[in-house]
Amino acid sequence: MKIEIKDKKDTRSGFGAGLLELGRTNPNVVALCADLTGSLKMNAFQDEFPERFFQCGVAEANMMSVAAGLTIGGKIPFTGTFANFSTGRVYDQIRQSIAYSEKNVKICASHAGLTLGEDGATHQILEDIGLMKMLPNMTVINPCDYNQTKAATIAIAEHEGPVYLRFGRPSVPIFTNEDGSVSFTTNSKFEIGKAQMLNEGTDITIFATGHLVWKAIKAVEILEEKGMSVELINMHTIKPLDEEAVIASIKKTGCAVTAEEHQKNGGLGESIASVLIRNHPAPLEMVAVNDEFGESGTPDELMAKYGIDTPNIVEAAEKVIARKHG
Amino acid sequence: MHIFLVAKRLISLKTDLRTIPESYQQLPIFFDGKNLFLAAIESTLKMLETIEKPIETMSETSSIDWDYLQKFCSQTRRDIVRMTNGVNSGHPGGSLGCTEFFVAMYNVIMKHDPKNFTMDGIGQDVFFLSNGHISPVWYSVLARCGYFEVGELATFRKLNSRLQGHPATEEGLPGIRVASGSLGQGLSVASGAALSKKLNNDSNHVFSLHGDGELQEGQIWEAAMFAVAHKIDNLISTIDYNGRQIDGDVDDIMPLGDLHAKWVAFGWDVLEMNGNNLQEVVDTMNEAKNRSGNGKPIMILMRTEMGQGIDFMMGTHKWHGVAPNDEQLKQALAQQEETLGDY
Ligand SMILES: Cc1ncc(C[n+]2csc(CCOP(=O)(O)OP(=O)(O)O)c2C)c(N)n1
Ligand SMILES: [Mg+2]
Repeated sequence: MKIEIKDKKDTRSGFGAGLLELGRTNPNVVALCADLTGSLKMNAFQDEFPERFFQCGVAEANMMSVAAGLTIGGKIPFTGTFANFSTGRVYDQIRQSIAYSEKNVKICASHAGLTLGEDGATHQILEDIGLMKMLPNMTVINPCDYNQTKAATIAIAEHEGPVYLRFGRPSVPIFTNEDGSVSFTTNSKFEIGKAQMLNEGTDITIFATGHLVWKAIKAVEILEEKGMSVELINMHTIKPLDEEAVIASIKKTGCAVTAEEHQKNGGLGESIASVLIRNHPAPLEMVAVNDEFGESGTPDELMAKYGIDTPNIVEAAEKVIARKHG
Repeated sequence: MHIFLVAKRLISLKTDLRTIPESYQQLPIFFDGKNLFLAAIESTLKMLETIEKPIETMSETSSIDWDYLQKFCSQTRRDIVRMTNGVNSGHPGGSLGCTEFFVAMYNVIMKHDPKNFTMDGIGQDVFFLSNGHISPVWYSVLARCGYFEVGELATFRKLNSRLQGHPATEEGLPGIRVASGSLGQGLSVASGAALSKKLNNDSNHVFSLHGDGELQEGQIWEAAMFAVAHKIDNLISTIDYNGRQIDGDVDDIMPLGDLHAKWVAFGWDVLEMNGNNLQEVVDTMNEAKNRSGNGKPIMILMRTEMGQGIDFMMGTHKWHGVAPNDEQLKQALAQQEETLGDY
């Protein structure tokens, strides 16, 4: 697989661009932010639609419940703060006022995972996917690049119900089209709840999400050079999980690696493992953080140190293929 | 299917309901929900027999039927103790203390349409109960104002009921717009709903009720700042200032200090009233509506007596979340006349 990089940008800017477009196209879209407007790239929306933007100050619990209230009357609120303060800090507010109450709130979370870098473990939440996917009624989406984050931001406004949209801080390669689709070895559009095929293969399936999709693309190149036929699937929607696509792929390849910027506990890997065990047991290796907190460092250093980089995916793939044949 | 929908359907089919209890008596004992079904049918029958007074908001003070409101209060207090006794759980104390408030709100103060409840509440006033544990009083008043069948009160806290222990939207009970029970969230939700009304150019009000113990939650004070910062002046909130909470008196558990001064300092327009005096509740809530639209949210400190109206439940925090037993229920019912027909 050879993929052309179109550009490099942060996924949070994709969110900002998507939100601005929504402001122009959907008068019911409103935005709330807890003193992180610049970090979330919400300034453009704020400037153009001040009457639809609500600064909440450093008070995330209030922001989540205000968002729930705004839906009553038909508004579609998008909340913006760091992933840590979008989930763990406000879990009970999301649980009661949003998820249980089935409110049409879009929880938009930046700086997820290790790659926010130097701020360290206080900010590097690696549990948010787990927290959010456990909530009934919640949809969980973790797009892979700028274009797909923009497309996802626009798509969730049309999707009725609570959504957790997860993205990040660092600048990463852009490889999807403007609408979040891909046209590499296969054509595959971006659609909430549908796994996105990036590369077809027969020896192994790699299921990746978020920033790890690019890392996985690089791993596929290496594995293909070594003569392996690798299927790569972008699991941008972690809940509801596209179980059909997972099962279909695993029936073909017989083993899998999952890759994500999250704890093993509660992450994408666990969701995939559960589908496999219930439907089509097969060897699985997980590339994810192994039950520890992060630390300060550059994104690249951290991904290497915590074992969620391209070499880790390659290693896991070789191991799981050996297990399949073993 | 929900038993009340069954009952309603039977009524619409003009089935003679009186024959149903007999035929259902013959059902095998293990028929799930048999007793609940019978109770529902019986109370629906009873309700149909009571010639119901049509309930419309009495907007003109001169048109207020005070005698009817007093009777409503007494009936709601009976509902509260019967509902909690029926499942040996629930929260009678705060419910009894807030009875006049709910009766006044839904009969006099609020512009609302019980028969055409919508989640969005556009063109109507909307109400949020932040201290969700006092659901019995809310359910009783909602039912008796026509949001749902009074007989459904018999399902409170039972399996498959729409009347969850704490208010919830999942089962679609008309009148409820957000779940509450985990304290401290309702002022924020109400602020959001009030902003939504402003964005929709809907000039109606958003009301909310909170416990005084609930004010110990930090989120309340986040919302207190937020509502002022965004000039949410279509919001009228009330505190059930009964001085009691689960573990004891608020002053002993975590004193609130000068509450009036605190809300003023946060920038709210603050009123006070005796929540157990119907006339005072009506007058103060009307005054609050008159004062709205002036750039500030409005807070009403409502002094109430937990357990009001049942002598042995008053003067203590002990009936916050304890249901009366059968003997206590008898004593309680002797103190509140059946006026509109028990469910
Ligand atoms: C967040 C949260 N913490 C604890 C509780 C348990 N709880 C329910 S009611 C209550 C006391 C509330 O006191 P107050 O608001 O004064 O209500 P009152 O007892 O007067 O009815 C507590 C601690 C809860 N429901 N939510
Ligand atoms: Mg109290």
